[in-house]
Amino acid sequence: MTLLLLLGTSAIAAIVLAFVGDRKYAHEINIAGSAATFVASVFLAVEVYWNGPMLAVEDFFFVDAFNVYLAVLTAFVSTTTAIFSRRYMKYERSHGRVGHKSMRFYHAMFQLFIFAMLLALLTNNVGVLWISMELATLSTVLLVSLYRTPSAIEAAWKYFILCGVGIALALFGTVLLYFASEKVFGEGSQGLLWTNLSASAGQLEPTVLSLAFIFLMVGYGTKVGLVPLHNWLPDAHSEGPTPISAVLSGLLLNVALYALVRCKVIVDGATHSNKSGYIMMAFGLLSIIVAAVSMLRQKDIKRMFAYSSIEHMGIATFAFGLGGPVATFGALLHMLVHSITKSAIFFAAGTASQMNSTQDMSGIRGLVKGNPLVGWGLMLGTVAIAGVPPFGVFTSEFLILTAAMKDAPYLAPIFLLGLAIAFAALFKRVMPMVFGEPAPYQVSIKASNVPVIAHLVIMLVLGLYMPVFLNDWFHKAVELLR
Amino acid sequence: MDVNFAAQINGILAALILLTSFGLLVQKRVYGLLHIFAWQGLFLSISTAVVGYSTGLHHLYISALLTLALKVFALPYILYVLIHKLHIHKEVEDMVNVPTTMLIGIALVIFSYDLMSPVRELSSLVTRSTLAVALSTVMLGLLMMITRKKAITQIVGFLSLENGLFFAATSATYGMPLVVELGVALDILIAAFIFGIFFFQIRTTFDSLDLKEMEKLKEEE
Repeated sequence: MTLLLLLGTSAIAAIVLAFVGDRKYAHEINIAGSAATFVASVFLAVEVYWNGPMLAVEDFFFVDAFNVYLAVLTAFVSTTTAIFSRRYMKYERSHGRVGHKSMRFYHAMFQLFIFAMLLALLTNNVGVLWISMELATLSTVLLVSLYRTPSAIEAAWKYFILCGVGIALALFGTVLLYFASEKVFGEGSQGLLWTNLSASAGQLEPTVLSLAFIFLMVGYGTKVGLVPLHNWLPDAHSEGPTPISAVLSGLLLNVALYALVRCKVIVDGATHSNKSGYIMMAFGLLSIIVAAVSMLRQKDIKRMFAYSSIEHMGIATFAFGLGGPVATFGALLHMLVHSITKSAIFFAAGTASQMNSTQDMSGIRGLVKGNPLVGWGLMLGTVAIAGVPPFGVFTSEFLILTAAMKDAPYLAPIFLLGLAIAFAALFKRVMPMVFGEPAPYQVSIKASNVPVIAHLVIMLVLGLYMPVFLNDWFHKAVELLR
Repeated sequence: MDVNFAAQINGILAALILLTSFGLLVQKRVYGLLHIFAWQGLFLSISTAVVGYSTGLHHLYISALLTLALKVFALPYILYVLIHKLHIHKEVEDMVNVPTTMLIGIALVIFSYDLMSPVRELSSLVTRSTLAVALSTVMLGLLMMITRKKAITQIVGFLSLENGLFFAATSATYGMPLVVELGVALDILIAAFIFGIFFFQIRTTFDSLDLKEMEKLKEEE
């Protein structure tokens, strides 16, 4: 029941917002819709926490510790993004960057996007998982091109085509998965249910599943933004409106990685080896190094942080590939902390580019003097994402590094090198933007600071102290992913 | 219908689908592309119906009808209207290296057969031999999207790739469960509307549907 409420809220909000359009209170409805979704997700999480994993609606939905925490995270970040988006989009609207029609579209698609991600997380059917991943892509394509500038349209087209192709390959992988499971479960939806597949993975044909994993890896890997399939990501994340960059980086990448990990569990069960893990480790490490080096050469602020997202997704993918309780725990925590920190950074970066009317980093100066909250928000966010203690990213990266030292000691130095390059790149770029004298053209604007502060406080808390329920969740999820 | 006979008909249809894929790869005229694409959809639909008839699985009729409605009528019609409105029906795309493209295409087909051989041996379905053709169609669709530089040809390549996926689903497993097939069809339909909007956006911003104009977003050296 809570589950249907959770999914229904965002779907209804999308429809309502499509009718409300560009009216004054559209922003408030957007916030209310997201907040209601968040409340429902918390109730669902409490239910799952006390009663354990549950199946609902003829096994169509499956909720366990792994996906419920991501659902709460999705609902939470979408709420803070909606709050941030109110002032941000009002500013963009009053400065003529978006039109009357676009605002209707923006709000409806934002909620539809949340709905698609929640459906992807909560469904038990691997086929429906694919469908909702595609829906999440389609609902954001036109949001990336919202500003209608040549580069925004180019970015959206790239996003549409590359992710379309990638996800098509994932469908081929899903077909192969069904081919193998049909022999065990017979015709019908039973053969696509994740609970069935993982329970009797041992009976599935290993050769077919290894082949299926290649397609799933390339397919969902494109959406995770793993190198060398990452070309669309920096463009899409830098050209769209900032709230969309925040949810794309903070949430969609997580959901895609979730899909990949769910598939990996089935494949590992069938092949009785960690072959798929090695593939993920290779993709992960390559992403860390390439993204870190690319960050050094960036000029656009959102583009640099988009590359940082690739790097962090690489870290999580590497950790899931590594396997074992410590690394998996680290990966789960990393997905959480990255998503919270990165969305906070995008909020601050978005406001900073509005203040200086440019996304070019050389044009942004003296943020702390111009607006201390934005300046320090960006600075602390960067400190947090670079993995400096006492923030949460340090904890997760430390866990992953410990596991890497133990299980794959020859890979740990490469991992560390990537982190070091990214660290250098971030500080080299962010310091001049934050400190120094403000540029003469810098204007002060009314921005929403609550989301940034809330996210940073959560990050700090997670770095110092891990709440008991979170710890329990992660341990349960680690058990599931063994 | 005799199972062997059905398998033979299906083999012929698979060959025709592969042929249309190669046709799409080198067709220069916009309308020509649409016609070939519609034919491919028709062959796909007949093949699905034949498999449904010979195996007695009636849900395949639904997916055959879905393919017929979507791939033979709806999508070509939408594209036709778009081409008409954007006045690009006379455009001819100049292509270089047609022979090389064809050779790469042939190599991809051989690669697909090689990749699918373990799966074929495990399968006992009448359609098993067509799985490699399905993968070839996917690969050729990909190749088309890489080699062609116009928005509309990339979309046709994408849709032909999707045809390959549908074909894979029927030939590997006698079709996915209905809920999945319907969902996929819905996604394709939404995608069709999105690229429709896109064509206009690209047209008004760049004055042409040529993707050569869209090469601004690159890493600076």
